Amino acid sequence: MTKNILIAGFGGQGVLFTGKFLAYAALLEDKQLSWLPSYGPEMRGGTCNCSVIISDEPVGSPIVTEPDILIAMNRPSLDKFEKAVVPGGEIYIDSSLVDRKVERDDVTVHYVPSTALSTERGFDGIANMILLGSVIEHSAVIDRKDIPAAMAKVVSAKHKDLYDFNIKAIELGYEFG
Amino acid sequence: MSEKVLMKGNEAIAEAAISCGCRHYFGYPITPQTEIAAYMAKRMPKIGGTFLQAESEIAAINMVIGAASAGVRVMTSSSSPGVSLKSEGISYMAGCDLPALIVNVQRGGPGLGGIQPSQSDYFQATRGGGHGDYHLLVLAPASVQEMAAMTVRAFDLADKYRMPCMLLADGTMGQMMEPVELGESTGGTVDKPWALTGTGMSRKHNIINSLSLTPDELERWNVDRYARYAKVERDEVLYEEYLCDDAEIVVVGFGIAARVAKNAVNAARAEGIKAGMFRPITLWPFPKKAMFERAKTARAFISVELSMGQMIEDIELAVRCTRPVTLCSRVGGMIPSPAEVKKSIEDAHAKLDGRN
Repeated sequence: MTKNILIAGFGGQGVLFTGKFLAYAALLEDKQLSWLPSYGPEMRGGTCNCSVIISDEPVGSPIVTEPDILIAMNRPSLDKFEKAVVPGGEIYIDSSLVDRKVERDDVTVHYVPSTALSTERGFDGIANMILLGSVIEHSAVIDRKDIPAAMAKVVSAKHKDLYDFNIKAIELGYEFG
Repeated sequence: MSEKVLMKGNEAIAEAAISCGCRHYFGYPITPQTEIAAYMAKRMPKIGGTFLQAESEIAAINMVIGAASAGVRVMTSSSSPGVSLKSEGISYMAGCDLPALIVNVQRGGPGLGGIQPSQSDYFQATRGGGHGDYHLLVLAPASVQEMAAMTVRAFDLADKYRMPCMLLADGTMGQMMEPVELGESTGGTVDKPWALTGTGMSRKHNIINSLSLTPDELERWNVDRYARYAKVERDEVLYEEYLCDDAEIVVVGFGIAARVAKNAVNAARAEGIKAGMFRPITLWPFPKKAMFERAKTARAFISVELSMGQMIEDIELAVRCTRPVTLCSRVGGMIPSPAEVKKSIEDAHAKLDGRN
């Protein structure tokens, strides 16, 4: 099985971090994987995206052009990539920031008001992980049991508070569904 | 076997260089390879090595000449415009028979170009780049694991043949993360009796120089160097073939283009087209014998490149125009999609009908 995942949003929303977390979780599961960031001017602000491929087979092209899973964290990202999602694919949307519905009817869509939830629950700035919680809940792209170990790889041990913060945000995402 | 870790291609190059004994890095920052310098800046001071950000690419390559002359493992890295600046120094290194690693994480050109991935420095890398008769040994990795492995190999080959080696990657290869298993540290202890290490008043002094005003001497230097190149061409060719045995259409690509081509080959196979992929790993020496052999069974070749068509000339030379070779390429930082490559496979396949 191969999952092509495309994460897209504004620079600063944690697009690359979300991808990195998924990549580490896949590494812990001994899967084949690739993580490819956009590294253009967008990493200095503006739209930004990240391709993550998790597979049982060696990964061919690391560039996700036809995602099985699209995580759209802002409106420009949905506008740009909605059509690219494979039929039967999944789209996860931060519905606090995206002010429209998905037009296609051949994909499964999850609307999670993650930015509003993050502010409401005191998790400012990690709407990305709340949205990711929803992805993990529905897509089984990574195993829940690997989350603590994967988080330890991306959040330095010096920042125990941030570690807990991120784990709680993912759990909030499950809860919201 | 060590543990698998996730690393960017650029970081894997830096760590692999350290693992095989490189303790000297001279460079100047440029996207998309800056992580190599950043990694070296962090690590070198901790292991007694030297990291130096020079005032320019030209200064950096001349520092590499100095360190290589002293017999130590040394490297520099840059991206396309920076490698152009280094080309004079690289020619001097070839003329002085100095081993070193030069990494080019290519971006779109010409001129300042852009910062997105490209393979348009193929001619520059494989034809020398600077002035005079010389070659670099050019390795083209297609995964983060290979970025590490080819770095070690490049240092070994550079020392073995006393020539500068180039790792030719691109922005995608440099920026992507994949699991990588780093080998045990090898230390890189190669005897270099020619190096400028001080005579200790016990031997004749060594001379490292590319200048000779005596034509017959300079001719001999060139001829001797090309005898060494002939050995490289005979013994150091590397390539990978994927599903080529029964392939009618063979897609040729290196680095990121090969990764895309592999997807396209699989997609074409799923539709019953017998496609395969041929991936040169050494770009110089180019795997021309193997490709000529493959042309006896394959009926058409496609060159997939992130350039306006540079490697295609080597393919045509290798197959000696016995088979049609077409180009599938994007430039300027664009990358051909698997669908675009598949389309070119279908086009080549359609033209086969009615032809032997």
